[in-house]
Amino acid sequence: MGKSEDIAKLPSHPGGNGTDMYSFFTGGRSVANPRPSATPPAHATPSAAPTIQRIASVANRQQPKDGQFLLPSQVETAPGAEGWEEMYPYFTRFRPEDDQRFWFYNGMHFPEPMPAFDMITAEAPYVALGAFNTRVFVVPGVKGIDHRVVNGRVFISGLPVTDPEEIQERLMYFQERAFYYFGNWNKLYDKWRDKMMTLIHEMEAIKVPDLPKYDDEAMVKEGRGIAQNYYVMESYQRAIQGYFKMWQYHMEMLLLGYGAYSTFFEFCKKAFPEITDQTISRMVAGVDVLMFRPDDELKKLARLAVELKLDDEFREDRDPADLLESMKRRGKPGERWLAALKKARDPWFNVSTGDGFYHHHRSWNDDLAIPFSALPRYVRQVKAGESLERPTEKLKRERERIRKEYRALLTTDADRGAFDQMLGLSELVFPFVEDHKFYCEHWLTMIFFKKMREFAQLLTKNGFFDDPEDMFHLHHSEVGQAISDLMLAWSAGSTPRGKAHWGPIVARRKALLKTLFDWAPPPALGPVPEAINDAVLNMLWGITSEQLRSWAAPVAANSNELRGFAASEGVVEGLARVVMSVDEIASIREGEILVCPVTAPSWAPIFGKIKAAVSDIGGTMSHAAIVAREYGMPAVVGTGHATKRIRTGQRLRVDGSTGVVTILP
Amino acid sequence: MIRWFREIRLDDRPTVGGKGASLGELARAGINVPPGFVVATEAYTRFIDAIDPRRELRRRIERLEANDTASVTKVATEVRAQIEKAPVPKDVHAALTKAYATLCASERDAPVAVRSSATSEDSDEASFAGLQDTYLWVRGADSVVTQLRRCWASLYSEPSVSYRRRLKLPEEHVAMAVVVQRMVNARCAGVMFTRSPTTGDRSVIAIEAAWGLGSAMVSGEVTPDRYVVSKVTLDISKRTVSPKLIRHVPVPAGGVREEEVPAAMQSVPCLSDEQVKEVARVGKRIEQHYGKAQDIEWAMDESGKFPDNLYLLQSRPETVWASRSQEPIAKPAASAMDHVLAALSGGLKRK
Repeated sequence: MGKSEDIAKLPSHPGGNGTDMYSFFTGGRSVANPRPSATPPAHATPSAAPTIQRIASVANRQQPKDGQFLLPSQVETAPGAEGWEEMYPYFTRFRPEDDQRFWFYNGMHFPEPMPAFDMITAEAPYVALGAFNTRVFVVPGVKGIDHRVVNGRVFISGLPVTDPEEIQERLMYFQERAFYYFGNWNKLYDKWRDKMMTLIHEMEAIKVPDLPKYDDEAMVKEGRGIAQNYYVMESYQRAIQGYFKMWQYHMEMLLLGYGAYSTFFEFCKKAFPEITDQTISRMVAGVDVLMFRPDDELKKLARLAVELKLDDEFREDRDPADLLESMKRRGKPGERWLAALKKARDPWFNVSTGDGFYHHHRSWNDDLAIPFSALPRYVRQVKAGESLERPTEKLKRERERIRKEYRALLTTDADRGAFDQMLGLSELVFPFVEDHKFYCEHWLTMIFFKKMREFAQLLTKNGFFDDPEDMFHLHHSEVGQAISDLMLAWSAGSTPRGKAHWGPIVARRKALLKTLFDWAPPPALGPVPEAINDAVLNMLWGITSEQLRSWAAPVAANSNELRGFAASEGVVEGLARVVMSVDEIASIREGEILVCPVTAPSWAPIFGKIKAAVSDIGGTMSHAAIVAREYGMPAVVGTGHATKRIRTGQRLRVDGSTGVVTILP
Repeated sequence: MIRWFREIRLDDRPTVGGKGASLGELARAGINVPPGFVVATEAYTRFIDAIDPRRELRRRIERLEANDTASVTKVATEVRAQIEKAPVPKDVHAALTKAYATLCASERDAPVAVRSSATSEDSDEASFAGLQDTYLWVRGADSVVTQLRRCWASLYSEPSVSYRRRLKLPEEHVAMAVVVQRMVNARCAGVMFTRSPTTGDRSVIAIEAAWGLGSAMVSGEVTPDRYVVSKVTLDISKRTVSPKLIRHVPVPAGGVREEEVPAAMQSVPCLSDEQVKEVARVGKRIEQHYGKAQDIEWAMDESGKFPDNLYLLQSRPETVWASRSQEPIAKPAASAMDHVLAALSGGLKRK
């Protein structure tokens, strides 16, 4: 059981300088002295010694010789996918000097090959993330993130600042700017919500014009002087801009939020070398979190159904349209239930069934089958007298107790004082950190893609595509070109090039994506950094030196074990259900173990059904981890390749305490 | 002369020894300790004064040079042989026999552990107070008396004597109490530290467990299962199940023997999660009682219902990490934001 090894006993690296490492947020700074020793110095204090041991062993861990990653230039085109490059902008291609840098596959956000349009979900965040790090807050140790695409997969790499003078200069800016944000956090967060709500309403208000044969009479009578074809372009551009703007807002506060949290996180790791990541997050995690709202709304609907004696309507596998129709025939109670549903849908059903990074991640509003699949069970539970309430008061008391007890375990007043400060700041930023996702990746993103589908309808209607979905094989700038084509043709009274041009391109790209689906991306590329010790990387992507090493190590053919992050405590055995996307959620049976690439908040209702969760991607703050802890079920996240190694029906043992998944004979 | 656990508190150490005082204190704190009593130092003093009325024997020891191993060995061996043969004073014998009968209650010749309980302050750290003076599964009053004498004799083991000579301790104050305690018929047993032995982390409890009596593990004959439990949440963060090849089991007539663990059981964890947490919970209580990290021995009885069958056999202060000085790892800053600034520019981490 590798993870339980005494970490202080790991061999030290003979020649590491401990600074040449990759980092996302803290800028590649080593956490230890330049040449840390695996043995604590004789004068080491009890509180410092273990920390030094822990850090030294992490910073000095040498990559096994057979544990190298390919260089970006060595990655070969997936067989049969020649020409994949045409789907992606030129600036996402690897260039020769990229071989000098370390890249890792961002399978957390992009677990599938990218349809051309969906590249916008990488471009917009990275445009904003770097801007706030590099230019706005001027974080001393780190700039932004570069992203590259190879064989349809997104790889990312951060840019640390290494020049001490530049760090010093940046520090001056950062100090003033970041302090201002922390110092005015709640005021700025109020403002942030206002900005987001304005943007959400603007996005909702965007109308995709229907291009009529003759323009509306009002155009003339009101003297507007603008024809409908202009609005096609304007609306499209406004929608794209709104999406880019949302990501600016997203990064505006998130990076500082993570900064505050990761500072507390690092402190806890030093004070309590063996504390688990999940325990640290439990000290900070909110109880009244928006993420739980959609599921809570479902539970409310279940309670209402029982109260109104409509419970007979809820049967497994019932078509939502059929259920809604039937409710209409149930008189007053039916009406009341439908009204409650309508209220819940806006905004709470604007949750993506994925993370919002692919156009095919639909929301609950787009496909009611997903939320409704949880209703029959909730109804049964209500009837059985079970409380579906989340015990929020109890959760709060428990969080308070955990904080107090850890605080009491600190040995000096100085430590307790620092703990109070860091925890206080984490508490201040955490509501944003937890809730921004609902506004950004869910609510606004769902509106954005809904609008994009309306454009796809418009283009399809005008002979650009056979199927509206085809539009998503065009990059957003190519959609802009198609819209120009349409505007011109409508204007001239001729026909657009449309399908004659895009038809073959779409067909080719469909085939390419299909081929690329089977390509297994390496978890990382390029020279392995000395060490990765970055709380943010660890929390979100599950990237640590240890994880990299295990990814790089050749997998024994007969090994029946997978290792990931111990995300939620407990051990269970059960049958695996491999679910590659949320569309397959309905296939999950009571008591199975969910094995998936990554989960999102909208998967929450199925957590009541399953026994344990295993994911390819994710750290201890990933959704699967948080929800699993809430439901008190074991979870192992960030296994790298569970969905490839495990088949539905296999018997598994999931140990959420040690992060080991065993395929049982 | 006979002190039942419930009459003992920690301050009684000079007369009941470290182990005895600790067991009494635990029992009084409501911790599930197997019932028993202590044969106080007074009994030993009566015994040794009877053998050595003019203190010649003790003076002879005081004259030994710590470095003169040959003489130390010779004298120690002679004294031990003399002690093990010498009769126990009548009143001591009577009191012990009576107390043993009370302890047996309805069971005839109930098995007990007879353990030495040293009084010297530094005995916690001194390694000579080890396994050799614990006798397990002792049955019958005569055997108890025999083992009592052996415990007393262990004061004159070669390492004990040379240790005292090195520190030039007067023999006058040498005394030993002996614990007599009902035996737990352990299905599994082990130790726990209420602080990580490897990193000193105060927030975790490290538990080790192996099949059978704890003696196999304490003597290092078996690699135990290991668990790391959060003291605060009781979540189990590490779980290592080792192949446990042998175990110590009682011999019905008395004593303990080593046997192979059945193959099917070797790699089975000794404790369920629920049991691990209960062991940790009790560890946490004991630590709270003493106000400092403890090194604890425990056993889970074959019979009885969980959690009542979990017994605590011993608790002593953790000494390795406690002896290191404590310096803050961070200080309060002028503003909470300074911590983030320091972290993002490497300050906190480079400390």
